[in-house]
Amino acid sequence: MTLAIFFGCTFIAFGPALGLFLFTIARDPLRIIILIAGAFFWLVSLLLSSLIWFIAVKASDPQDEPLQKGLLIFGIMFSVLLQEAFRFLYYKLLRKAIKGLVALSEDSCSPISIQQTAYVAGMGFGLMSGAFSMINLLADALGPGTVGIHGDSQLYFLTSAFMTMVLIFLHTFWGILFFHGCEHRCWWEITAVIIMHLTVSGSTFCNPLYMGSLVPSYLLMATAATWAYLLSGGSAQNLRRFLLCLRNGPSPQLES
Amino acid sequence: MITFMNNSDSEEEPCNERTSLMSAESPPVPSYQDGLQTAEAGEAQAHRKRRTGSSRSPNNIADGDMSDSGVPVRESALENEEEELTLKYGAKHVIMLFVPVTLCMIVVVATIKSVRFYTEKNGQLIYTPFSEDTPSVGQRLLNSVLNTIIMISVIVVMTVFLVLLYKYRCYKFIHGWLILSSLMLLFLFTYIYLGEVLKTYNVAMDYPTLFLVIWNFGAVGMICIHWKGPLQLQQAYLIMISALMALVFIKYLPEWSAWVILGAISIYDLMAVLCPKGPLRMLVETAQERNEPIFPALIYSSAMMWTVGMAKPDTAARGASQQTWDSAEDGGENHRSPLHGDSQMPETRSPGPTRPITSFEELEEEERGVKLGLGDFIFYSVLVGKAAATASGDWNTTLACFVAILIGLCLTLLLLAVFKKALPALPISITFGLVFYFSTDNLVRPFMDTLASHQLYI
Repeated sequence: MTLAIFFGCTFIAFGPALGLFLFTIARDPLRIIILIAGAFFWLVSLLLSSLIWFIAVKASDPQDEPLQKGLLIFGIMFSVLLQEAFRFLYYKLLRKAIKGLVALSEDSCSPISIQQTAYVAGMGFGLMSGAFSMINLLADALGPGTVGIHGDSQLYFLTSAFMTMVLIFLHTFWGILFFHGCEHRCWWEITAVIIMHLTVSGSTFCNPLYMGSLVPSYLLMATAATWAYLLSGGSAQNLRRFLLCLRNGPSPQLES
Repeated sequence: MITFMNNSDSEEEPCNERTSLMSAESPPVPSYQDGLQTAEAGEAQAHRKRRTGSSRSPNNIADGDMSDSGVPVRESALENEEEELTLKYGAKHVIMLFVPVTLCMIVVVATIKSVRFYTEKNGQLIYTPFSEDTPSVGQRLLNSVLNTIIMISVIVVMTVFLVLLYKYRCYKFIHGWLILSSLMLLFLFTYIYLGEVLKTYNVAMDYPTLFLVIWNFGAVGMICIHWKGPLQLQQAYLIMISALMALVFIKYLPEWSAWVILGAISIYDLMAVLCPKGPLRMLVETAQERNEPIFPALIYSSAMMWTVGMAKPDTAARGASQQTWDSAEDGGENHRSPLHGDSQMPETRSPGPTRPITSFEELEEEERGVKLGLGDFIFYSVLVGKAAATASGDWNTTLACFVAILIGLCLTLLLLAVFKKALPALPISITFGLVFYFSTDNLVRPFMDTLASHQLYI
C-alpha cells in the first residue's frame, strides 16, 4: 500500500481509457457531453438496481447467509439487465438528439455520426462503471495497510485494476455493438451483448480464483473488440494498411 | 445565472482584447441566467466578516445580498440566427462552463479531503444561530429548518436592498462594497487558507515570505478582477475565490442546515428569476430600461471581451450601470469581484439570489461567450464539498454528485438555448445533486461495498 501501488493501479485501470479520451473525445465538446450523459445514465441504472437490492435485503433476514448471497447474485444480474436497459434508453435519447442537431444544422448534416456516439456512449458507461468500482480502492491504497493479511488474495488491488480496465473496454465495445444492433434491428447482437455482460459479471463470482474471471473476460473483450471493429467498417486489409502506415485506401473507422 | 454574451464591446476604447477581461458592450444575446451566486457571495462575505470580528453593518450585508441577485437576460435581437448559432455553439459553451466548474470542485474536494481544518466544527455563522447538537431528530430537523429560514430571509432582504440601491442609482455605495468584499476574500481568507494548508503539510514559512506571497496574490487578484488582466488569470482568480467562499460555507454551516439551505436556495433562485415580481427579474428589467449592463462584477466569463472605454454617448450610462453592478456585487459581500469596465455582468454568487446577466450592447457580434455567476460556482462546490466531507469517506458519492451537477448544468444550458431568457442555474443541478447525494450515500454505498468485499463486478 504505497504510492507505487496507487499510481500503478490507477494507470492500469484508467490509462488506456484516458488515452482514448484524450485522443478521440477531448477535442470535441459534443462528445464530452455525450460521455458525461452516458455516465449519468449508468449512474441512474446503478441507483435503481441498488434500490431494489436494498429493499430486498432489508425485507429479508440478515442472518441467513445463503439467502444474502442469493440476493446479491440476484442484485448483480438485475443490475446488469438494468444497465443494458438504460443503454437502450440512452440510444433512444441520442437518436432524438441527433435528429434535432441535424434539423438545426445549416447543412442538414449531423455533427456526429451514430457510430461515434455509440463509441462515446459506451465509453461513458465504462468510465463510470470503472470509476465506481475502483475509486474507493485507490483511495484506500494510499493509506497504510497490508493486502491479504487475513488470508485473502494478495493480488487484490492488481486484479481489481485489470478487471476495471477490461470492463471499461468491454463497455465501449458493447456500446458499439448495441447501438449497431438497435440501428439495424439485429436483435441477436443486442442479445449477445446482454449475454456477454452477464457472463463477465458471472465470471467474477470465481474471484479470488482469478483464472476463472480475468481470462474469460479478456477473451470476451478480444471477441467484442474484433466484432465491433468489423461492424464499424474495419477489416483485415484496413488493419494491415494501418499497421504498415500505408496511406491509400479508406482509413480505419475510429480516425473520424 | 448563466449568461450568454456576445463579445462585442464598445469599440471606442482602443483596448487590447488580450488585456481586457470583459467587454462592456455586448450585443444582445440570449443570456443564460445564473443562479444566485452573487447574493451568496455577499452573504458569505458577511459571514466572513463576522467570523473575523469585523463590524459589518447590516447594510453591508444587505448590500452583499443585493448585489448577488442576478440580472436577467437580455433578449437577443437576431432571433432565428441566434437560435441556430446558440445551438450550434451550444456544446462549446457547455464545455466552457464545465471546465471552470470542475476545477472549482476539484479545488474544494482536494482541500476538504486533505486539510482537516475545513471539516472541523468551530462554531457557526450568525445566520445559522440554532445549533444542531440536540439529541432528538425532530429538534435537529426543526433547528435546521429555522436556520434555513433565517438565511434565506437574509438573502432576500439583501437582494431587495440591492435592487433598491440599483433603482435609486447608489452606484458608489455598491461599488465600494464590492471592493471591500473582494479585498477581504482575497487577503484574509487566502491567508487563513494558506495557513491551514501549510499546517497540514507541516511546512514552515516565515512572515516576510508570507507577506510577500499574500500581498502579491491579493494585489494581482484585485487588479485582475476589478480592472484589466489576462482572461485566464481572471478566470483563475474567480475560481479560487469561489472555492474559498465554498470552503467557508462548508466549514460554518451545520450539516443538516447545509442541505436544507441548498434546497431552499434553489427554490428561491427559481422564484426570484422567473416570477414577475422577483427581485432578480426586477433588477434585470430595470437594467434593461436604463439600457445598462447589469452587475458586471462577480461573474465568470468564458470569453475574451474587449474592454469598453465608454466613449459612446450611452457609455456613460453603461459606466454607471457598471458601477452599480460592481457595488451591487460588493453588496453581496461575497467574493464577488466586480469585473472591470463595462464588462458584462460578472456575478458572484453570494448566498443570495442569482443575477441574470444581460448584456445590452448592440455592437457588432464578436466572439460569443458564456457567463455564469460566481454564486452558482459556490453552491455547486458547497454541495460536492459537503458530499466529500460527510459521506462516510466514500468517493463514489462525491463522483455521483459531480456528474449530477454537470448534467444539471448541461440541461440548464439546453433550456436556455430553447427559451432564450434568463434562467436560474441552481435548481436543476442542485436537485440532481441532492437526489444523487442521498441515494448514493444510502443505497448505492452498501451495494458497492458488498460487491467490493467479494470482488464482484457489475
